[in-house]
Amino acid sequence: MEFLKKYSFSRFMLVLGLLFIYVPMLVLVIYSFNASRLVTVWGGWSTKWYAGLLDNKQLMGAVLRSLEIASYTAIAATALGTLAALVLTRIKRFRGRTLFGGLVTAPLVMPEVITGLSLLLLFVAMAQLIGWPMERGVTTIWIAHTTFSTAYVAVIVAARLREVDRSMEEAAMDLGARPWQVFFLITVPMIVPSLAAGFMMAFALSLDDLVLASFVSGPGSTTLPMEIFSAVRLGVKPEINAVASLILLVVSLATFLVWFFTRNKEEKRRRTSKQIEALERASAAVRLGP
Amino acid sequence: MKTLTGLHLRRWLPKGRHALIGVPFLWLLVFFLLPFAIILKISFAEADIAIPPYTSLVEWADQQLTVLLNLGNYILLSEDKLYIAAYLGSVKIALISTFLCLLVGYPMAYAIARSSEPMRPVWLLLIMMPTWTALLIRVYAWMGILSNNGILNNFLLWTGLISEPLQILNTNIAVYIGIVYAYLPFMVLPLYANLAKHDLSLLEAAADLGARRHTTFWKITFPLSKGGIITGCMLVFIPVVGEFVIPELLGGPETLMIGKVLWQEFFNNRDWPVASALAVVMLLILIIPIVLFNRAQAKELEG
Repeated sequence: MEFLKKYSFSRFMLVLGLLFIYVPMLVLVIYSFNASRLVTVWGGWSTKWYAGLLDNKQLMGAVLRSLEIASYTAIAATALGTLAALVLTRIKRFRGRTLFGGLVTAPLVMPEVITGLSLLLLFVAMAQLIGWPMERGVTTIWIAHTTFSTAYVAVIVAARLREVDRSMEEAAMDLGARPWQVFFLITVPMIVPSLAAGFMMAFALSLDDLVLASFVSGPGSTTLPMEIFSAVRLGVKPEINAVASLILLVVSLATFLVWFFTRNKEEKRRRTSKQIEALERASAAVRLGP
Repeated sequence: MKTLTGLHLRRWLPKGRHALIGVPFLWLLVFFLLPFAIILKISFAEADIAIPPYTSLVEWADQQLTVLLNLGNYILLSEDKLYIAAYLGSVKIALISTFLCLLVGYPMAYAIARSSEPMRPVWLLLIMMPTWTALLIRVYAWMGILSNNGILNNFLLWTGLISEPLQILNTNIAVYIGIVYAYLPFMVLPLYANLAKHDLSLLEAAADLGARRHTTFWKITFPLSKGGIITGCMLVFIPVVGEFVIPELLGGPETLMIGKVLWQEFFNNRDWPVASALAVVMLLILIIPIVLFNRAQAKELEG
């Protein structure tokens, strides 16, 4: 009883908060099946808005472009973010370390309008000075997305790198493995779940971004969020409800799968380490013996 | 153990070390730090009808090198009431929504941290999932709910609580709802990370000594969670000051926020120098919170 009394208020807030988070999304999905063009009037169930999406060439083009940019971003940000995380957790001292730490974490909070405008000005200045990038588009959006997604990957991977048992890395080094061998054969397998989480996060961030893309894109390289934004500005539309529901579905499914598989792996790891501990204790007991 | 690792690392690092540090460092210097220098430079230029649409600061003519610093953009910002109101409005909205996020997020994080071990990852997933899905779409969902003939108004009319639809969409109330909705996970996650680490025996000791529940909470749990509160508040406050999407879609004419003003200067007026000056001043306002956040993060990252 004491337990119930103690936590009932916070429990209540947790459930209420989750309802607050999920009800609007649920409403959106339900209304995407509304047959009526008037968004607020329920006209029965229908899937016609979904069927209409495939014929919308402009929208489909934007979807493909966004997926392309998100894939490049996820690959580059995972690589760069992992390097940054390694530097932050494994190298305690080098010139400019404080600056480096600041540069890695600042993009997490930097308002997007500032990052977007400053990157655009950089690209314009570079085009004037060295003639690249001559036109803005997929490449410039990719650079912008990679820069701020790297910060998220670095934080996720660094958290894992700090927990990892270093004795394996040390043993491998003692046995003469080269640093890159240690990294790819020992460290990477131990941090794979966080790499997957970072990759997913970078992919999702890139797919979601409106502000940076609007600043650094050029003519003819509209991304999906830009397409949605220009439609949404004019009000709620059933076609957009359908696109939005599809995105919600795909992203939730992908998140759940990544979470599920990394959790299984994590649990297996925990179980084995517990077994090893138990074995060690048993052998110690045997050695001490009666 | 730590010094041993350090020795080993020092033995093998020098070769690959430079590349390891160099690659991410160079990327961030070129694509994150250098742009700020350029934004500062452009903020001293004048708008021009050209490509790119601003004048250059340095000119070489008749064996004379002239550097022209145009302070006009900053003078404009300090004199025009609209800009000042937009800055104040942004900070006010950011402060209030950060507080609201803390008010809602703290009990949620507390409940997760004190829930049973197997349930925690499930709660966390439920909190985290929305941050992976498009913000634009989640904000858009609220447009359909809050509008005059939207679901909320229809529901309230049906219950008879109100006789005329309430104007919620395109007001500051809608902006607060949108911001709390979008940024709540960023408050809950660092708070949870902090609360989960607390040593519960402290609470037991306090209880044994006769402290009441709310006394132990305010004297032990709350002060111990200071780090999580700071990180969570910074993760909400700093980006919200420059927020564009939420005030644009949910706000109305009364919603003056600097991110929106900057966007209009850039995309509608094509005045890049004024937009740059707006960004520079916004950075000056945010520099202290950003440094605080970076310090807290550095502590976290180094462990």
